[in-house]
Amino acid sequence: MSIDVRTAAPGPRPNPERPAPGAPVKLPGTGGQQQTGWSIGDRIGLAAAWFCGISLCVAAVAIVGFMAWKGVQYLHLEMLTSSPEASLDQSTSGGFLDPLVGTLILTLIGVGIAIPVGVGIAVWLTEYGRPAGLARLVESGVEIVAGTPSIVLAIFGLLVFQQSFMGVFSFTAEGGAVFGRSFLTAGSMMALIALPLVIGATREALHSIPRHVREASYALGKDKASTIRRVLLPSARSGIATGATLGMGRICGDTAIVVVLLGASMQTTPEEGFGGLLRGTGSTLTSYVYNNSPSGEGNAPEKAYAAAFVLLMIVLLLNFAVGLIGKRNKPQWN
Amino acid sequence: MELKEEQTQNGSAPGAEVPPLRQIVVESETVPIRVGDYAGPPDPEYGREPWQLNAGLDSDPIWVEERMRTEALSIAYGGKVAVSAVDLEVNSGEVLALIGPSGCGKTTLLRSLNRLVELTPAARRTGRIILDNQDVDTFDVTRLRSRVGMLFQQPNPFPMSIFDNVAYGLRERGSKKPRRKQLEPIVVDALERAGLWDEVSSNLNHPALALSGGQQQRLCIARSLAVSPEVLLLDEPCSALDPISTGIIEETIVELRNEVAIVIVTHNLQQAARIADRVAFMYLGDMVEYGPAGQVFGAPREARTQEYVGGGFG
Ligand SMILES: Nc1ncnc2c1ncn2[C@@H]1O[C@H](COP(=O)(O)OP(=O)(O)OP(=O)(O)O)[C@@H](O)[C@H]1O
Ligand SMILES: [Mg+2]
Repeated sequence: MSIDVRTAAPGPRPNPERPAPGAPVKLPGTGGQQQTGWSIGDRIGLAAAWFCGISLCVAAVAIVGFMAWKGVQYLHLEMLTSSPEASLDQSTSGGFLDPLVGTLILTLIGVGIAIPVGVGIAVWLTEYGRPAGLARLVESGVEIVAGTPSIVLAIFGLLVFQQSFMGVFSFTAEGGAVFGRSFLTAGSMMALIALPLVIGATREALHSIPRHVREASYALGKDKASTIRRVLLPSARSGIATGATLGMGRICGDTAIVVVLLGASMQTTPEEGFGGLLRGTGSTLTSYVYNNSPSGEGNAPEKAYAAAFVLLMIVLLLNFAVGLIGKRNKPQWN
Repeated sequence: MELKEEQTQNGSAPGAEVPPLRQIVVESETVPIRVGDYAGPPDPEYGREPWQLNAGLDSDPIWVEERMRTEALSIAYGGKVAVSAVDLEVNSGEVLALIGPSGCGKTTLLRSLNRLVELTPAARRTGRIILDNQDVDTFDVTRLRSRVGMLFQQPNPFPMSIFDNVAYGLRERGSKKPRRKQLEPIVVDALERAGLWDEVSSNLNHPALALSGGQQQRLCIARSLAVSPEVLLLDEPCSALDPISTGIIEETIVELRNEVAIVIVTHNLQQAARIADRVAFMYLGDMVEYGPAGQVFGAPREARTQEYVGGGFG
């Protein structure tokens, strides 16, 4: 029998006597696995990884600890229930009820738009996705939106919403100039921030539903539309909620869009007429912190610390909720 | 119709006006299986009225009649033939087992019967599939699938309550949404027939995914039965289950065959021998042998069958 040269090419052969370096080896009498042959490079790498992990923990604890310390020091309950006043004296400049409510309104508008649009896009991409060229285009679009800095989104939003036909979304001055700044205009740009997160989480949830679950619905005589409506969307519910909650966290924390698109007044200032609040201007916790910090005009760092602490708590709570939602209510097929 | 009722009352004795019957005696069983020839026009009620049911499983003969038939059915995935020129009869009153080595086209054949194979874009089908004397291509596909139910390898209840799972196929049928009160008797009946009622009767509103694997699979049977199919296709329904659950499901299948024609794909030859009345052995897309279970297992005509079956039992 002749040996094929190509298949019997010389090369390193596994040596049964000596295990590869770093491979787990079962040593008799040790009761478990032991590592052998750690090189110095591996040891340094491991130490570096440890160090990086620990440093991150330190940073996280420092942020929360410092903000909590400052927050507890300066936060008073009446700050949460009183409106900001224009005053240089910090004892009379009021609290941040309006920014708190502003954050809430903006978040609700943002996810209110992002959830239906994002779920629609995700369903189309995963369940239809045809023609394939269009699907790729949509995916690229989502990636571009996800990668655009929010200040760019904000400037773009201002450009769009200052067009004369966009007048209904904000305030129109005597001469016909459209202001372009309102909860609605800022909220729609916030929706763009949340949108990629909603799309991503929903797609992932839809992808994790086994094919045979869809087929079981078809096999019962259901069409695609009712399968999506009655099986897929309920199954993806926790994924959608996760994406929406992540998006809420991002919206709460965004400053650029608020500064550019929500006006400069610290108080919530509704417009006249129907939906006046939504067409009016105001502030959020982020713009309040920015304005009261040394870089803003108020120069009231104590108020800034207190508001920042509240903001941090809100965002941490949202992140905590993400973990909770992800674990619960997620249907598990084997 | 009168004739049929008379049949039912008389039990096994065939009346004088009964259409001509073919008598087949199956070697392995002591009971003769009679095959009724129905050549009349398709009758929508026909499949619903069990016009001859056996009373006891092993005591009385079973009325067997053709439900589905394939004629020169071939399926290819992008030029690669998975099923080639298969002629097959699916009879009510019988359990038909599809056996054969992995990749021989059992699942493909099964999925073509309810046109689920059409979901695979690459799949091409030639040949005819007939359900109650009507080509399945002439059916509305949703209508066809509610008449030909299917069960999958993995239990796959929907993430909703037990009740809603069983009622799933019934809802949104007409323009009006059926109320829970109207659906309840059907749901209860389906659960009873699937042998699950006793275990879930007190917690119909609990999430279905909290049930055990075996219970989930029986729930999926109930879900299929609720839309009263004439044919039930099962693709390795027990392969993800423990032996006890498997036994319960096998019992359920044997009981159900009186009402529904059953086709089951299985790799477990013992299982096929336990529950099947008729066996089809497939090999590389060909239907090598098709006959009564006793004959296929006891005296296979083909060498390839002999080899496969012998290996399974030896
Ligand atoms: N979606 C598909 N696309 C392309 N080829 C496929 C597809 N599904 C099945 N096939 C091929 O068709 C042939 C038959 O597959 P099928 O799943 O019907 O076999 P099977 O008998 O059910 O096997 P098993 O016992 O492993 O389930 C196989 O060769 C398989 O590779
Ligand atoms: Mg298969």
